[in-house]
This record gives sequence, structure tokens and C-alpha cells, in this order.
Amino acid sequence: MYILDTITAIATPLGAGGIGIVRVSGSDAESIGKLIFNNSKKINGGGFESHRLFYGRFHHPSDGSLIDEGMCVLMRAPRSYTREDVIEFHCHGGYLIVSRLLDACVSAGARLAEPGEFTRRAFLNGRIDLAQAESISDIISTSTDKALALAQSQREGYLSRSIARLRTLLIETLALVEAYIDFPEDEVDPLVTETVFKKISAVRVTLQKLVDTFNTGKVLRDGVSVLLLGLPNVGKSSLLNALTGTDRSIVSHIPGTTRDLIEETVSLNGLPVKIIDAAGIRSHNYDCIEQEGVRRALDKVAAADLILLLIDGSRPVSDEDIELVSMVGKTPYLLVVTKSDLPLLSDTSRFTNSVASCYVSTKASVGIDHLTILIYDYFVSSSVLLSDGAAVVSSVRHRDVLLRVSSSLELFLKNMQMDLPAELLSLDLREAISALGEITGETTTDDILDLIFSSFCIGK
Amino acid sequence: MHCYETKYDVIVVGAGHAGCEAALAPARMGCLTLLLNMSLDGMAVMSCNPSIGGLAKGHLVREIDALGGEMAKNIDATGIQFRVLNTRKGPAVRAGRAQADKQLYRLRMKNILEHQDNLHVKQGEVTALYIEKDELRGVDTRSGIRFIGKTVILTTGTFMRGLIHIGLINYPGGRAGELPSAGLSDNLKGLGFDVGRLKTGTPARLDGRTIDFKRLEAQYSDENPVPFSFSTKRITMPQTPCYIAYTNSRTHEIIRSGLDRSPLYSGVIEGIGPRYCPSIEDKVVRFPDKERHQTFIEPEGLETVEYYPSGMSSSLPIDIQIAFYRSMEGLEKVEMMRPAYGIEYDYVNPIQLHATLETKLLKNLFHAGQINGTSGYEEAAGQGLLAGINAALRVKGKEPVQFGRHESYIGVMIDDLVTLGVKEPYRMFTSRAEHRLLLREDNADIRLRDVGYSLGLVDEATYIDFCKKKEEIEKELGRVKTTRIGLTPEEKEWCSNHNCADIQKGTTLDQILRRPEIGYEQLEEIDYISKKLPKEIREQVEIQIKYQGYINRQLEQIERMRKQEEVRIPEEFNYNNIPGLTLEVQEKLKKYKPDTLGQAARIEGITPAAVAIVAVMVKSFGEKKVES
Repeated sequence: MYILDTITAIATPLGAGGIGIVRVSGSDAESIGKLIFNNSKKINGGGFESHRLFYGRFHHPSDGSLIDEGMCVLMRAPRSYTREDVIEFHCHGGYLIVSRLLDACVSAGARLAEPGEFTRRAFLNGRIDLAQAESISDIISTSTDKALALAQSQREGYLSRSIARLRTLLIETLALVEAYIDFPEDEVDPLVTETVFKKISAVRVTLQKLVDTFNTGKVLRDGVSVLLLGLPNVGKSSLLNALTGTDRSIVSHIPGTTRDLIEETVSLNGLPVKIIDAAGIRSHNYDCIEQEGVRRALDKVAAADLILLLIDGSRPVSDEDIELVSMVGKTPYLLVVTKSDLPLLSDTSRFTNSVASCYVSTKASVGIDHLTILIYDYFVSSSVLLSDGAAVVSSVRHRDVLLRVSSSLELFLKNMQMDLPAELLSLDLREAISALGEITGETTTDDILDLIFSSFCIGK
Repeated sequence: MHCYETKYDVIVVGAGHAGCEAALAPARMGCLTLLLNMSLDGMAVMSCNPSIGGLAKGHLVREIDALGGEMAKNIDATGIQFRVLNTRKGPAVRAGRAQADKQLYRLRMKNILEHQDNLHVKQGEVTALYIEKDELRGVDTRSGIRFIGKTVILTTGTFMRGLIHIGLINYPGGRAGELPSAGLSDNLKGLGFDVGRLKTGTPARLDGRTIDFKRLEAQYSDENPVPFSFSTKRITMPQTPCYIAYTNSRTHEIIRSGLDRSPLYSGVIEGIGPRYCPSIEDKVVRFPDKERHQTFIEPEGLETVEYYPSGMSSSLPIDIQIAFYRSMEGLEKVEMMRPAYGIEYDYVNPIQLHATLETKLLKNLFHAGQINGTSGYEEAAGQGLLAGINAALRVKGKEPVQFGRHESYIGVMIDDLVTLGVKEPYRMFTSRAEHRLLLREDNADIRLRDVGYSLGLVDEATYIDFCKKKEEIEKELGRVKTTRIGLTPEEKEWCSNHNCADIQKGTTLDQILRRPEIGYEQLEEIDYISKKLPKEIREQVEIQIKYQGYINRQLEQIERMRKQEEVRIPEEFNYNNIPGLTLEVQEKLKKYKPDTLGQAARIEGITPAAVAIVAVMVKSFGEKKVES
């Protein structure tokens, strides 16, 4: 509810789509635009003439790196959706570019918008009427994609738990500082700088680890990756096409048609899944181009989160099929028996390690949905992704918060070393805790006092 | 009921620390005021400890002074030990604390009240509010007199249904040796007020002739006692020491042996006591590993042998009390003059108040002090002053005064009370103020003098002095920002002596003052002008410059919150059937009835999303009203 600041959000649905739009609203919109968008021409206000679309490049203000090329439009107040200055960046669609552009806006000084905040501003500024505004509460209370919300809430559950641990450490430290300040004549131990320093430094290490999960976290940057593995002509490309709904792989009956790796990212109930169709594998092949493809496929096996091991249901299981299992190594696999429209001749009992199995026919469009569910369930309930150690930061907003916490704590440590008075140290700590509060909920004075009264014998 | 012929503007019920300020303010603002107390010997009595001030409380006293209240002047005139606490923990958490001569304190305040124009002081016990056609008209007293008044301020302290506990013996009393007030709290309950029960306690009073002070560590007054009031030039009272004593394992054993006869542990006491001021039995039970507890043995006055052992309150039976006090080193032969006791009393949940301290249920009725669930003389006085001011403004038909959390501790306290309610006796702590750095003792006048003056509570001469001080601060701020160092050989030597050899020629004095190792104390060696400046000017300028970065950060936060703080929620606003608000949130908002969006946001369990929805609805509510 700070109407004074400038907010930003991604305006288009996440995931596939030709264009992505990031929108910024507030008094700093134009200056933020100028930090990010670069138009080659000097005329027309350098690309910031109101209500005109300009072509240019987007750069990240933190390091000046190029994000994308695209279009930018400034809409000066009051002729905009929120009746504030609004700027929109139109870039290429896809998770990576759009979130990087959003990140650029945040580091240029915008705050991530709360759900429904653009609409709320539109209402508060008299742009829309009550009937329209009432939908805000719906926006706040419901999410469009239930499954996605579930997956996210589970992921966030682990995140909140590890953040709650950090919060406890910070509040404990603050309680020490506050007790030291507020009860000078009670027998409160003086601030032991060394202990506090160690505690807060440890918090910062954990924070950095969490932030790193955002930067390098495989799952969230690329989604999960699923590798299609199987002998030539088992139907990998057809399955890929069936899962993605496109016709990207060349499908033919001649074994070994797919000679290169083909990657396609699909959204399975909101979970971004990268499906890799590897070259068909045969032990005896004469085509060296395909050999190269096979080698690359083997490299990918180890890197995949899950392997779909395809066997041809219309033929008995061959020794080569069994060899595939050993190729899989430690990577978990899901057995997919293809061509289920034909009589079943293969014996699946030999694939005992499979996390699940299913029967599909791309020709008759049978079993694809079931496979989709199996893949989704595997990841959402998989201990690999959701184990306690796997607290991952998935949203820019959370990362933004963690970075702010970390820099407040850095200041705290610096000021403590400079021997600044306890009162100022408390301010830095409070800022860190209040930032964390954006994820965990607010810390009230009573929380701190509770801790003081339970840890120290106070009372004159 | 005999109806008294004089009609009052303001009637104040109770002459404790809240009541005294609540009566003085309207009288000084020109309203005919009546102050009623059950006994005229019981006015401005310090029922518990003999001290005024301390962390956050000292801040309150200075704010009261800046606004034109009496407490600071009263303690300056009657204090027998002055100390500044926390001198090295930052500018805003420094606080003055003084020991009072209790009898002198009480008598001086009584004298001020008696000589105040527009103020009638009378003895009388109020048993009920006099209400006619749903409107508050005055009060009825036990002796059969009805007083008519336009506004009433209740400051009942621990007197409403007061019940004193000493071991398993208990009897009605408002304070040791005084009767409780009966009838009034039932009257309030009948009017729909949420009346609850709290507990507090006080230690025994010990005979100083039987204490071996030679074996205790003495704690003396500061060499140059700092007064509380901005108007007091010098402390003239003789200064006396306090003494530090300790409990030991035998003390704890004795205390444990009496727990079966403790009203607290046997469940006789229902009221909730303050965690920050636990009884000694509470400390021993909750912190069993602690080998000893400290107590300050404080004088009750210059003309008495009574001493107050702070932190040793108890409701244990009398034989246990005598034994455990005597188990302490230096107190082996101590004679107890008054026993320690616990007391339970009625309070009214302050969420039923506006931030003006007027009740939401009954117009023209104000509550201040322990009736609102607070504890402490300073907390009471701060509320009394605000209630008095607002009652007077009501009589005059003017807009009420309210203080924001960023302006004063009084504002923080009242906002906490009316938005969060009270579960245990509320005491002020500096940690409750999120803008602590702005709410300092040293700048209380800069924050509040103008308000006090515009209300007519600060006299002309005092105000002119204040304006001069402000001007001088501005002038000095301007000077240090524009005066540059020429780096003469003398200045060069000074720099290397003070660990700042890196200072360049042309550096301004304010940049130098910003260094942690430099203050005026050092600067005056090369900056002769500052040597002649008054101490309070230098203090202000130094703080403003040194902490400018932090101060600005806090000011920015306040600016960001201002919009929300200012949005008023209409009294008739309906929380029912607002889409997006959970039932729980609706119930909370209906119960607390926040006056502003800012208050709503601070209620426990109200999410930012809920506040946003309410904001939208409040806006549309206003627009619909304008249309119709």
C-alpha cells in the first residue's frame, strides 16, 4: 500500500508465447525505462515520446549486459491504465528473457507489484469503477493455475522453513541487542560481539546459498529435464511431438532419422519440463553422424532429471533394450511401452527399477495424458526436488528480498566492527527482519519482547 | 442525589499521575475543571517505586514537559538522585532516571493543583457515571453529590474492585491502607465496556536503620544531574545514593518453601501480571539456574527511614517475606515496615478507545492510565495529559489532537493500546518505537513544543526561549556545512592526533563531525566558535549530523507509510460481505473498529492484502456517500 513508489510485474502469462511484456507503473517509470531501454535514434525524445512504440535494445542496469531487443512504449500519466506514468517493455516470450527483464526493472529501482496492485492503483486513481475493482479481491485470493500453485506452495514450504530458521536467528540476535538497550540495570549480558558476529555471518552464508539456488538452480531456470531414450524407431520423436503438440522432430520409419538432440520445453500442469529427444541408440551403426548424436545422447543421460525409457511394445524385449537400463545408470527412469495400439509382445517384468510404467500409442493418441500425469507426479512428489535440503528460491521477488536482507546484515556487521552504538546496529537488524517479513509475515514488537522475557530475568 | 450547582467543563475521576495531568491541562486551557479523589491525602502518590524515568519512560516525561505538563518539573523539584542511563548505546536510547522524595513529590503536585486557576479539587468517590438519554452528563458520588460536567475522564488506577493479596490472605483495597472503589466498574460493564482483570505487586518497605549499608555497594547520583524539564536550569535538591544487594541460594530456598501459600501459584489470583516486573517468586521459579538476583535498595525520601528494595515484589505470606529479606547479605537484621503485596484490579480493554482516548461507546468519556491496562507513572501521566487536552478541545468544539507513532512515545503507546489492546500490564520500551532514532529525549521539545504552545499549555516566555534555541541550531547547522578547513599546521597536527590524517584541505566541518571518532569535544580544539555554543545546541547539531543517514532512512519510511496512516475508516463502515476478506479478518476488524487504515494494518493477523481490499472499499464507500 505504498502508493508513492514504482511497481513492476510481468504482464503476460509465463511460459510459451511469442511476446512477453514487462510493465512498470509509478513516478519513476520513465527514469527506469531510460536505464534499461536504448533507442538508437535521438529524435522523439530518444524513444520516450508518450504513446508511441519504439524499437531498441534492453540492457541490464547492473552490468550493462544485453537482455534482448524489442519494443518499448511510455504512457505518461494520466493517459495510462493506472493513471500513473507507465512504461511497457515488449520482448521475446519465454521464461528466461522475461524474468531477466523484470529483474532489470527491480535493480533499476522498481518494487515487485503485489497481486492485483496495478488494478488497485487504477481504482485508487479513479481510472476504473467499483465493479471492476471488486475483481481485485478475486485476483488476490485465487490463482489461475491450481496445479502450479500447489507445486509452488510445496516448494515454498521448504523455502519458508529454511527462511523461518534464519528469521529465528535474526530475532534472537535482535532480542539480545534490544535487551541490552532497554534493560540497562537488569543483569543482561553485555553484547558479545564475537558470538553475534559468528551468528550473523552464518546467516549470510545460508542466505547466499539460497540466492545461489536461484542463479544456478537447474529446476527453476530450465525447469526439469526429461530425456527420451530408446532404440531407433521405437517412437521417440512421435512421443516428443505428442507431448509438445508440435511437429518439430522429423518423424519417419527409417531408423536413425533424428540425428541431433532436439529440445522442447512444455508446461505440464504449470511445471516447466524440458524434453530432450536424443538420437536413437544402436550398438551397430555405420553412420558416423549418428554416432556423434549417440555420444551426445549418452552425455545427456547423466544430466537429465528423469529418463523416459521407451521400448517397442509390438516386439519382444531385446538384449539391446536391456542394455539401455545399464546406460541409464543412477538416473531414475520411467518405462514407456510404445505402440500400444499393436498387440503387446514385450515382457516388461525385466524393468524392475522403473519409477513407473505406462503404455502409449501416439498413433491412436492413447496413454499420453497418463504419461503426463506420471511425469508431473514424479517431480511434484519427488523427494529429489522437495527434500528439505532442496529449498529453492523460485521467484525474483524472493531473491530480491534475500539480497536486501543480506545487504542489511552486511551493513550490520560492518557497523558492529566500527563499534557503532547498539541502537544503530538494531536498525540494520530490524531492516533485515522486516525484509524477511515480506516472505514469512511480520515480526511484531511482542515477538521480540516475548523472547527477551523468556531469555532474561528482567524486572526491577 | 444532590445536584451540585457548579457545572463543569471537565470532570477528572482520580488524582493519580494520570489524573493530575488530566486535570491541569484543561484548567490551563481555560476550561472549568473538577478533580475528584477518594482521599485528598492520596493525590500524586507514588504507590510503588520511588523513581521517575528510565528507558522510554524518561522519554515520556520529556514529551509531557514539551507539551506543557507538570511531571518533569515536579520530579526536578523533588528528586534526590539523578542519573542518565545508557550513555554509550546511541543518542536515542539515552534516558534520565531520578529517585524522588515520595512525600515531597506528592505534596508539591498537590500544591500545584490547589493553586491552579479554573481547577476545583474535591474529595469524593465516584460510583457511577450520570447518563441522561444515552448522553454522558456527569458523575454520581458515594456521599450523594452529583456533579454535572460536559466531559468525564476516568483515571481509576488500581482502585476499581482492588483486591490486595498477602499470601492466602486477601482483602479489598485500592492500595495498602486505602479503600477500593466499588460500583464504578460494574457501571461500566453495564454500559458495554469490556472490563478485565490485571495484577501487579510491590515489594516491602524496609527500615533503613536495620540495613547494614557498609556491606552493600553504593550507587551515586551523576556528578552533574541532568533535569527532565527543558525549563529547569539546575537541580538543587541534595542527592543521596541507592544500594545494591543480592539474593542467594538460601533466599531462593525460602521462597520455594512458601510457594504452596502463594496466591499466584495456588491460583487465587486471576489477573495477569506484568512479565517485565515479575515478583521475586516468579523470578526464582522461571529462572531456577540463576544463582542470585540483584536488587536496588532505594531511599523513599530524605525525611524517612523507609527503603524500597526494587525487583523484590512479592505476594508470599508475611513469615516467608520476613525470612527471605533477612536471608540477604546486609539485610540480616532488617525490620519490615510495610509488607509486600500483590493487587488485582479492573481495567477496560483499550481497543474500545479512539486514539484521542475518548471511548468509542460513550461520547465525551475519556480513559487514561491504569484503567487502560498500562503500568507506570510516566505512561499514566502521558495518557492523562492527552485525555485532558482532548476533553478541553471537545468542550471548545475544536478538532482533537492525536500523535503519530513517528512523533512521540505518547503516540506509540496510545496506538499500541487502541489498536492491539492489552493482555498484560503495558509498559513502554524503546523497542516498541519503530522510529526510535527520531524519538529522542534531547529533541522532545523540537518535536512537541509547538503543539503545546498552540494549545495554550506552554507559556510565552518558555516558547520564545525554545524558538531561540531552534534558530541557533539552524544557524550552527548552516555554519558547519559551509565552514571549510584550511589545514593550517595546527589543524594538521590536530588531524593526526585524532586519527584522521586523511582529511583534505577544504573539507567542511560537518563532514568532520560525521566521523565516529570526532565530536564537538574534539572539534572545539580547532574550531573556537563552537567552544562558546550552549551545550544543548552542540548536542542537537552533533546528533543531527552524525546520524543524518539513519535519520533520513527513518523519515523515508514514514513518508511511505503516511498515505495509509491518513486514510480514515468511517465509523459506520460495514465489514460484512466484503469479497476477499476471510471471516476471521472480518470479525477482527469488527471487534477492533480501527479509525484509520494504518491502525487496521497493525492489528495482529490483518494481512497487507486485506488492508488493500479495505482501502478500496473505504474509497468506494466515500464515493457512494457523496453521490447519495
